[in-house]
Amino acid sequence: MTRLAIDPITRIEGHLKVEIQVEDGVIKEARCTGALYRGLEEILRGRHPLDAQRITTRICGVCPLAHSTAASLCLDDALGLSPPRAGQLLRNLIYGANFLHNHILHFYHLALPDYLPSGALPGALSPGTNEDRRFSPEEANRMASHYLQGLEVRRKAQELVALFGGKMPHDMSIVPGGVTYRPTLGEVAAFRFRLKEIMGFIEASYIPDLLLLAERYHDYFQIGTVENLLAYGCFPLEGEKLFPAGVFLNGGVVDFDPGEIREGFSHSWYQGDGHQPPWEEEAPPAPDKPGGYSWIKAPRYRGEPCEVGPAARVAVALARGREELKEIARDLLREAEASLGELSSAMGRHLSRGIEALVIGRAMEGWLSQLDLSAPVATEYRIPEGARGQGLSEAPRGAVGHWLEIRGKKIARYQVIAPTTWNASPRDAEGVPGPMEQALQGTKVARDGALEAGRIVRSFDPCLACAVQ
Amino acid sequence: MATNGGQKVVWFQAAGCTGCSVSLMNAAYPDIKNLLLDELVPGKGISLLFHATLMGPTGRPALEVLERAPAQAAGDYILVVEGAIPTAHPNFGRVGEVPMAERAAELARKAIAVLAVGSCASYGGIPAGAPNPTGCVGMRELLRKEGADTPVVNVPGCPPHPRWFVETVVTLLTGGLPRPEDSDEAGRLKAVYQGLVHEHCPRRPDFDVDRFAPAFGSQGCLYELGCKGPFTNAACPEHAWNSGVNWCIRANHPCIGCTEPDFPDNFAPMFRKLSLEQELDTYRREK
Repeated sequence: MTRLAIDPITRIEGHLKVEIQVEDGVIKEARCTGALYRGLEEILRGRHPLDAQRITTRICGVCPLAHSTAASLCLDDALGLSPPRAGQLLRNLIYGANFLHNHILHFYHLALPDYLPSGALPGALSPGTNEDRRFSPEEANRMASHYLQGLEVRRKAQELVALFGGKMPHDMSIVPGGVTYRPTLGEVAAFRFRLKEIMGFIEASYIPDLLLLAERYHDYFQIGTVENLLAYGCFPLEGEKLFPAGVFLNGGVVDFDPGEIREGFSHSWYQGDGHQPPWEEEAPPAPDKPGGYSWIKAPRYRGEPCEVGPAARVAVALARGREELKEIARDLLREAEASLGELSSAMGRHLSRGIEALVIGRAMEGWLSQLDLSAPVATEYRIPEGARGQGLSEAPRGAVGHWLEIRGKKIARYQVIAPTTWNASPRDAEGVPGPMEQALQGTKVARDGALEAGRIVRSFDPCLACAVQ
Repeated sequence: MATNGGQKVVWFQAAGCTGCSVSLMNAAYPDIKNLLLDELVPGKGISLLFHATLMGPTGRPALEVLERAPAQAAGDYILVVEGAIPTAHPNFGRVGEVPMAERAAELARKAIAVLAVGSCASYGGIPAGAPNPTGCVGMRELLRKEGADTPVVNVPGCPPHPRWFVETVVTLLTGGLPRPEDSDEAGRLKAVYQGLVHEHCPRRPDFDVDRFAPAFGSQGCLYELGCKGPFTNAACPEHAWNSGVNWCIRANHPCIGCTEPDFPDNFAPMFRKLSLEQELDTYRREK
């Protein structure tokens, strides 16, 4: 038996350590450690409720929109606000642009080097190993040139966010009640053409590269699987979400009930065991706690660990019969020779992101054409003496939730459960491993397991600044 | 990297969010490819040794690059730090088992200079917001505590505009370490940061005639909605953000003062007009 600590896991956001024990060529045990605690929930206490909008945005520089969106929904709920239609369309357009940025960055710059031969990328960018490389030299060169081109395309996707969102990273226009900014006709045109250019790259390069990866590494549809899937849903418009909420629990899809979420921390560095509802959670840090091995807590749905992210969103949306996805998902699954049940796998997650990029890009074109530039984009707010709010949405890497309690017009409690909190969670009080740990355990490995573990972990697109705030 | 004889750079991330790295990747002319591959000034470029978000190697081979730098490249690399440094307990932040404060101090001691990128690495930033649960500090403060005398150049902002980073780097590559008079009291290069947002704000004419925006989404000066532009040194009005497509005030959002020391506590609450007392405090601090 060998024990390997992969620390740091690079090409993700933040500080993650993964420890694996390999026996007879199989990962027997895996543990994920979130290695940084900042205490933003503590920092938010006592502040003006609106400051949560800007401070929680700064939880993450890769997906700030995940938090500015969840915070605005949470404050909308607490303050009793409902954004006007134009405000909601603008929120969706800004957020959609962040998804496109994320999926391009994740595929080319974070995940792809795991499959490129040493030297295909220059200097420190080169993965420095040739283990299990299956692309021909021409294919690898083409992918590497798309890596470099992708740097520019992702910059343009950030400009797409900033056009209506103020700036990136740390967008500045989403506020409770809507958005601050009503774009000009010229900016709508600029948005449309940037979107067109980005979608051109997605269709001509990203999707074909993704399908080639899926063909060469088809075995990765059977690797890194998780049983339970959870989506809160996102991109609401008039009571419908482009990606609906739902839960795959023990094989069947059921309605999502936020009241079933509990966060435990029996193996995390906080005092106590947790398992209170998010609004009542008290978790003072306990950095020396015996038995603790991570700053990440262990959220569970009806007591079960659940994978969140693109695979969950796409699986739930298809089970719910969303027309916007059907054709695109069916085509990509057919071309990749994969089945619906294989979405939750190291390769299925990549494929799900490709499906999402196409679906979201298409939806954005529609939202843009519905935008009424003379309509109000925000409603006025008033801070109540006391209130509770809940904001549930989806980051590119999965379900994100914010919970707020206001007392005396100030933040009495703020609770964040982010996608990587779900995915990279440690064991719970029953000793059940988190989803990423489950995905790693049982994987056959060729050598010490670092290669397979890296590929599986990155397929989740982990974001540790989100997982532990 | 591909540049022979390039200035070696180790990019170390601590208690941050990677937003500063993503912001730098949004640079245009020079863009991130130029920064990684080309000469930035005649004969000089950057040779990136370590950057956890972008580098190919992972785990042990990656960590070895970081651990070997102080010995193998002593006095020969610039240390870029992104994120604040937790000091209240060793377990609040670790990289490869070693506490972040220990790694940051060791890397800094053997560096030519430290570039503290972002308000967290410069002053503590968001994680150092009251009650600062993890004892987060910026690099100047860490090195003062550790008794290390490596010069620290701050490039604050949450995140900083990529241009401020590029301007600071090309200044160092061209003229070497800045002289004391080149930096302001907050450790920023004057040439890059001096000038208040308010002085160059396109809505200054609105302020001058008391034409104030009453609510989110309306035009006019944002002072009554809590704009901190009158107290914030940053070239946002001149450069705008993301290739110039927009920036906070143009998007009708008040400036929140993210380049200033003690952000986010200095001007809290963010959406309330500063009280006379706060204004006087700021004034006294600047004098």
